[in-house]
Amino acid sequence: MWILLLLPFIGLLWVPFYNHALPALFGFPFFYWYQLVWVPITSLLVWIVYRNGAREGERR
Amino acid sequence: MKTDINWTALVIFVLFFALVTVMGFAASRWNRGVSHKGAHLDEWGLGGRNFGAWITWFLVGGDFYTAYTVIAVPALVYAVGAYGFFALPYTIIVYPIVFVIMPRLWHQAHRAGHVTAADVVWGQYGSRTLEFAVALTGVVATMPYIALQLLGMEAVIKALGLSGELPLAAAFVILALYTYSAGLRAPALIAFVKDLMIYIVVLVAVVLVPMKLGGYSAVFAAANDAFTAKGGATGLLLKPQQMLPFATLALGSALAAFMYPHTLTGIFASNSADTIRKNAVFLPAYTVLLGLIALLGFMAHAARLTVTNNNDVVPMLFNTLFPSWFAGFAFAAIAIGALVPAAVMSIGASNLFTRNFWKPYVKPDITPAGEQAVAKVVSLVVKAGALVFILFLPTKFALDLQLLGGVWILQTFPSVVFSAFSRWFRAPALLAGWAVGMVYGSWVAFADGTKPVHTFVFGGSSYAVYTGLLALVANIVVAVVLQAVLGGRRSGEEAAAVPRTGR
Repeated sequence: MWILLLLPFIGLLWVPFYNHALPALFGFPFFYWYQLVWVPITSLLVWIVYRNGAREGERR
Repeated sequence: MKTDINWTALVIFVLFFALVTVMGFAASRWNRGVSHKGAHLDEWGLGGRNFGAWITWFLVGGDFYTAYTVIAVPALVYAVGAYGFFALPYTIIVYPIVFVIMPRLWHQAHRAGHVTAADVVWGQYGSRTLEFAVALTGVVATMPYIALQLLGMEAVIKALGLSGELPLAAAFVILALYTYSAGLRAPALIAFVKDLMIYIVVLVAVVLVPMKLGGYSAVFAAANDAFTAKGGATGLLLKPQQMLPFATLALGSALAAFMYPHTLTGIFASNSADTIRKNAVFLPAYTVLLGLIALLGFMAHAARLTVTNNNDVVPMLFNTLFPSWFAGFAFAAIAIGALVPAAVMSIGASNLFTRNFWKPYVKPDITPAGEQAVAKVVSLVVKAGALVFILFLPTKFALDLQLLGGVWILQTFPSVVFSAFSRWFRAPALLAGWAVGMVYGSWVAFADGTKPVHTFVFGGSSYAVYTGLLALVANIVVAVVLQAVLGGRRSGEEAAAVPRTGR
């Protein structure tokens, strides 16, 4: 589960993957909306790990 | 920039400023709980260690995303484009880091009554030298950061049409007084108002401004034209040579972010490790806000603004596009947005001074009430210092120092964090790593003309990397090698200090 927390690092630090203008969304070049989309994704990933930890009684 | 006073905006501004001033003074009686410790540094310096998930969300959000950010990120985006957006990956990947590290540090602090990062280091390694190194780095890195908050405030005061240094000094004296009397409770309570105001301003701006300017496509197109005309390392996309600096700046800044005294104070003030974990899930909401704020830099191009000082981009945009009453509201949001981090930073620096300089070297038998008294006075000195800094020294000096401060604070990462995961390291190895990181990082940054990025030539091609991260690598390598050579022997000082009880 903790491995999920590595995804934002891969998604955001591998810059050549998203340094493009297209496809654009609502007038935003890909570079911009791609980064913004990572915000809720990261929240979700952290939440999944949090829920999982809580279930295993990590809630100290 | 308008030179005449904008009266409507000024009245709104003063009104909100007065509101938070009253709140600041009233805060000393707020959220006291049944476990109030009376005159105790835990009360003034950590708000009673009693902040739940909501208060922590507002406090850390208001403290981490500073007013200077609201001014400086759009200014950088206005000047160079895509490169300025490194703040976005930075403030995203910081949360997995917070989630993994900070609950563990909170447990260490909670168990032993630690108030500062240097307390944690003393508790874990029992080395006064390493404690001193970490505390000194924290204080030195924070001082220019406080000064930069003043810079943010100065920009909006100027936009209101006020001239001279008196308004800025007056605002800061008020801040100093209620921080003195209410401690961390003051910025925590004010953060509610500040954050709501900033959310309103930014949501209105990102809806209203593109409507006036012809939509986001037009905003990006205008910015693209401006960058094409400007040339150089600017543009809507990163140049190939900018990608590595972009990624390393994001990673290095994210690792450094919660080593600062002001952010760590917010962590230690929370009531449980679970509060911190929940906040790692919900704090990214502020990152969306930051992304939208950064776009203001592009909107300035679409609005055809030309500024002499990039820091005037946001105030000028608001003055041009908003009715004056809303501009006043927006300026109040930014100015109040400067008060919260400035207060927490001065409290964090005072806690460090009291716990890690005053207690070990001046008055070892100090009581918690005595600690609180010392910290309160120091917070006044710290703020006065920041004000003098801004009023009498060139702005560039504060900017350069803040930049170096980022490189420096990152060098405390191994000392503060590693003990939460491994018992292998000992103080001498970590201290040597810290020293190497500090010297190497400062030297490289100075040699590059106080730029945060260092360029290597390697096998015919050049690579540019964030200096702080480079120094951190040197720091860790030295610590690991030295630890492997020295082995697990504890120094005498350390053996004597462990086990160490709380206060």
